[in-house]
Amino acid sequence: MTALVRTEKLSLSFGGVVAADAIDFELHAGERLAVIGANGAGKTTFINIVTGFLKPTSGRIYVEGKDVTALDPRRIVRLGVGRSFQLPQLFLEHTVRQCLEIALIGKGGGLGFFKSLSQQVDRKEIDHTLDLVGLRERAEEPCASLPEGQRKLLDVAMALALRPKLLIMDEPTSGVASEDKLDLMNAVMRALEEQKVTSWFVEHDVDIVTRYATRVAAWISGRIAADGTPQSVLADEAVRREVLGIA
Amino acid sequence: MSPSMIRILVTLGALAMVGLGLALPWLKTPAIFVLSYGLAALGVVVMLRGGQISFGHAMYACIAGYTVAFIQRAHPETDGVVLVIAGVAAATVAGGLIGVFVVRYRAIFFGMLNLALSMVLFSLLAKLYEFSGGTDGLRISRPPLAGVTLERDGFESVLLVASVAIAMFLGWLVQRYFRSAAGEALAGVKTNEARLEYLGLSAQRVLWFGYVISAALVGMSGALFALVQGLVTPEMGYWLRSGEFVFIAILGGSVHAFGAFLGAVLFELIKLTAAAYLTGVWQMLLGITLIAVILVAPTGIAGLLRMGTRPTEAHR
Repeated sequence: MTALVRTEKLSLSFGGVVAADAIDFELHAGERLAVIGANGAGKTTFINIVTGFLKPTSGRIYVEGKDVTALDPRRIVRLGVGRSFQLPQLFLEHTVRQCLEIALIGKGGGLGFFKSLSQQVDRKEIDHTLDLVGLRERAEEPCASLPEGQRKLLDVAMALALRPKLLIMDEPTSGVASEDKLDLMNAVMRALEEQKVTSWFVEHDVDIVTRYATRVAAWISGRIAADGTPQSVLADEAVRREVLGIA
Repeated sequence: MSPSMIRILVTLGALAMVGLGLALPWLKTPAIFVLSYGLAALGVVVMLRGGQISFGHAMYACIAGYTVAFIQRAHPETDGVVLVIAGVAAATVAGGLIGVFVVRYRAIFFGMLNLALSMVLFSLLAKLYEFSGGTDGLRISRPPLAGVTLERDGFESVLLVASVAIAMFLGWLVQRYFRSAAGEALAGVKTNEARLEYLGLSAQRVLWFGYVISAALVGMSGALFALVQGLVTPEMGYWLRSGEFVFIAILGGSVHAFGAFLGAVLFELIKLTAAAYLTGVWQMLLGITLIAVILVAPTGIAGLLRMGTRPTEAHR
């Protein structure tokens, strides 16, 4: 079966710092991958390379067998690779609903110049997405007024509005109060399951990792040090020492 | 303010402008200047919606004005309507070409690149005397309008009514654009360009469309200005003129398209009042007004009147 995302010997250096070191990686449809690693291990850099924001020094990236190494983010998004961010990337002068309306332009609505955007997009589809992440009641509020957890949800919802095959989430629970993390992840996972979206998320909270991931990859110094089931990776000696800080 | 209330106010304002212009003939020319400046400021407002500010947009008024003059010099009997269309077309094409280059830059670089290009045009027009008439400019004789040759008074009356109609139509059209997919995406360039790219949209393309629309609006302003003034000079493209357009755009606010015209009315009122009562210090009065607007009403007159329909516009 063709991998949804595959990288071959993917490398990137910033001066003398090696952020990605000849990484061979595959992700298949239906997987829920959690990426763990200490700060500076290269997790976000790898996401930035795969989504086209950074260009690798060497190596290739394939999405469903198509070479996307030279493509920019918007072309990779169009191939079905969505992304949410550690710091939610919203349109802060718009309402929650309008953020999703803008997201839907990218789905194929096109840049109309005359018809109101709210008339151009499918209101039911937006309501459904809002329901999925539990933001329907705040739809008409400025997104700048949302608390961090709901901003994260809206960030995910904007990526989901494009109906991606894969959603890459960079630390979806960072900045969220610990008592709200599970609610947030439950909402996100419910939405992903409903839309049958493969997921890959960067996470520091081991409880979240063991609860939601079917596969874990541990990053150490720009390399994948361990890759497998959550139990096997979290039991790995190097991972326990370098990533989890357990002697 | 509800959309229907805005429509009523705009209609009343348009009727008042036409009525006053026809009743007080000396007001016709200032009124057309107000509308011309309002259209140019509207062009600047389009860029402000995308988070960019241009200190060189007067070049598009200049391009349109000189196009009118060149065509009339080559074909003296050309109709005024054709001249205006040609002027706007020239500014739009220029905006399309220049836009390909300048939309790659943001913030101060965008603003200064536009200024630099406008000063290149200014210098060329001032130096190439044989071609452009140098700093004396080129005269434009009164053309027939829609096939009818008019005396000065009639010409100005028709031009006033036409300018009001054009301003209302373009103001409405631009407001539609602000609410369209392209317009909302343009506002997205201002707040989060990276996100747009991750939604599969090209921020540069979105901004380019806005830039071309903006150039066309300023071009319309220049073509009308050239016809009513009967003269085009390189001053039309000077950076101070671009600064006036920015001033009016900030004064009027960018939360609604018609804010630009409110800004133009206030700008002209300040200038007329200062010229009558505060000769020699009118710039100071303008400066004080701008400071007051920035401190008291940063969203301009339109924001003060709550003309914005977006929650963040209405409550800011």
